[in-house]
Amino acid sequence: MIVDGERPIEAAAPRAMPPRVLLPLAWLALVAAAALAAPWLPLPVPHAMDFAAAAQGPSLQHPFGTDLDGRDLLSRVVHGARISLFVGLAAPTLGLVIGGALGLIAAYYKGFVRRAILGALDVLLAFPTLVLALALTSILGATLENVTLALGIILIPAFARIARANALPLLGREFVLAARTAGAGDLYILLREVLPNMAMPLLTYWLTMISLVIVAEGSLSFLGVGIPPPAPSWGGMIAYGREALERSPHVTLVPAAVMFLTVLSLNLLGDALRQRTEAREGALR
Amino acid sequence: MIGRVGANVGGRLAYLAAVMLCAAAATFLMFELLPGSLADAILGENATAEDIARLEAELGLDRPLAERFAAWLWHALQGDLGRSHITGEPVASAVAERLPVSIELMVLAQLAALAIALPLGTLAGYREGTRIDRIISGGAFGVLAVPHFVLGILLILVFAIWLRVLPATGFVPFAADPLGNLRSMVLPTLTLALAEAPVYLRLLRSDLASTLREPFITVARAKGLSDRRILLTHALRPSSFSLITVMGINIGHLIGGAVVIETLFALPGLGRLLIEAIIKRDYPVVQGLVLFVAAAFVVVNLVVDALYALIDPRVRHDRRR
Repeated sequence: MIVDGERPIEAAAPRAMPPRVLLPLAWLALVAAAALAAPWLPLPVPHAMDFAAAAQGPSLQHPFGTDLDGRDLLSRVVHGARISLFVGLAAPTLGLVIGGALGLIAAYYKGFVRRAILGALDVLLAFPTLVLALALTSILGATLENVTLALGIILIPAFARIARANALPLLGREFVLAARTAGAGDLYILLREVLPNMAMPLLTYWLTMISLVIVAEGSLSFLGVGIPPPAPSWGGMIAYGREALERSPHVTLVPAAVMFLTVLSLNLLGDALRQRTEAREGALR
Repeated sequence: MIGRVGANVGGRLAYLAAVMLCAAAATFLMFELLPGSLADAILGENATAEDIARLEAELGLDRPLAERFAAWLWHALQGDLGRSHITGEPVASAVAERLPVSIELMVLAQLAALAIALPLGTLAGYREGTRIDRIISGGAFGVLAVPHFVLGILLILVFAIWLRVLPATGFVPFAADPLGNLRSMVLPTLTLALAEAPVYLRLLRSDLASTLREPFITVARAKGLSDRRILLTHALRPSSFSLITVMGINIGHLIGGAVVIETLFALPGLGRLLIEAIIKRDYPVVQGLVLFVAAAFVVVNLVVDALYALIDPRVRHDRRR
C-alpha cells in the first residue's frame, strides 16, 4: 500500500532535468567537490609566492594564470571555495536554527515571551544589515568563525518572521488540537507536528540565503574587514587584483567569474525550487 | 476615529522609541564589552599603568557603566555623537560633512535604476512570455548574480581603463565644480543603479503582467482604449506598489551609505567613513555612526510606511477597517 502511495509522487516528478537545473547543479557539484578535495588535489600551495612568475596569463603550469605575487590562481580559487561554501552554508544554518526556533516560540506562546522575542527582533532590524555585519565583525575580530557568526546573526530576524508567519496558521489546525488533546507536550507539538509542515518554506529561504551570504562574505573581504589575507577568500582576491586591473585584469576577473557562476547557479536552483513548491501548493488548494 | 488613529500613531511612536533605546543600549554595550579598554587602544602597547589610569579618568571610563550610558545617550540626544580618538573631530560634524555625498549617490542611483527598470519592466510585463520578455528577464536574472563590487570593477574596466571616457576615482565636491561632480558620480551611480534595477524590473514585470489579466483592464480594452493609454493610465499605478515597497527598503539601507560602492570609487560618504573608522579601530566613531545610521534607518522606514498610505488607497482602507 505504501508503494502504491508513492508511485504518483514519482510520476509527478519531472522526467528529465532541464538545462537550467542540470547546469547549475553540475557547476555547484564541481565547486563543492573541488572545495572538499582541495588538500589532496595536485595544486600548488595557495599562498606560495613566486615573483618570477608574477601576473602571468593562463599556461599549462597555471591554468588560470598567476596573481601579482605569482600565486597560482586556480589553487587560490579552489581554496577560496572552501571559505565561501563554509560561510555560505554555516551562516544561513545558524539563522535558520536560531531564527526558526524564535519564530516558532513567538508563534506558540503568548504574552511576555512573545513580546520579548518580537521586540528583540525589532531591535536587530533597527540596524541596516551590512552596517550591523560590519560592526559585529569589527568587535568580534575578523576570523572565519566570527564572520560566519556575524552573518548568521543578521539573518535571524528574517528566518524568525518566516517561521512565525508559517507557524501561525498551522497552530489552529485539527492535527495540533488532536495532539494537544492526546496529551502531547509543547515541545512535541512544535517539533513533531508544526515544524515538519513548515519545513519547505524555511528550507527554500535557506537555499536563497546561501548566495546572499556568499556575496556578503565577499563584500566584507573586499572591504578589507573580512577574513584576513593570506586566506584566499574570493572577495579578497577580487579586491587585491584591483590595483593591477589595467595590466593584468585576469587576477580580478578569474575569481569574479567563479563567484558569478556560483551565485548564478544558486539563484537558478532557488528559482526552480520556488516554482516547484508554488506549483505544488497551488495544486493542493 | 481620528482619536483612534492618533492613539495608534502615538503607540507606534512610543514602541519605536523603545526599540531605538534598546538599539542604542545594544550599540553602547557592543563597544563597551570590547576586550581591552579604549585607553589601551589610544595609548598603544608602551603605555604605563599610570598613563592608562589617568586617561581612563580623563575619558570618564572609571565611572559605572549605567552612568556612562546615560551620559552617552544624553549627549547623543543633543547631537553630540562623540569624538574620533584619532583626529579629535566630532562624529556629528563628520556625519554632516559626509551625509550629502551618500544622499546624492542614493538619489542619483534610484533615478537611474528607475530609468532602466520602468521602460524595460513595462515592456517585459506587457509582452509576457514572448521572446523580448525572455531576453529582458534573462538579462535581469544574470545581472542579479553579479555582486556589486564586481559590477563596479567591470564598469571601471570598460569605461575608465579601456574606453577612458570616465574617471574611476577622484570625487569632486558639487560646490566646487557641479559638472565635474556629476562626472565623478556617473560610474558609482551606474553601478548602484545596475545592481538595483533588475530587482525593480522583475517586480514591475510580474505585477504588471498580473494586473493586465484583471477584469478592469478587459473593460478598458472593450471601451476601445489604446494599449499605450491602458498601460500608462490604468495598469502602471496598481502594478508599482511592490516596487515602491522595495525602493523604500533600499533607501533606508542606503542612508548608512553604499559602503561597498563608496569604497570602490573612493567617495567620501558615510559608508566610507564607517569602513575607515573600523580599519583604524576608531571605536568612538564606529559607535556614534552606528547609532546615527540606526536612528536614521528607523525614521526613514517610518516615513516610507506613512507614504504608502498616501500612495496606495488599499493600505489606507485596511488601516481604517
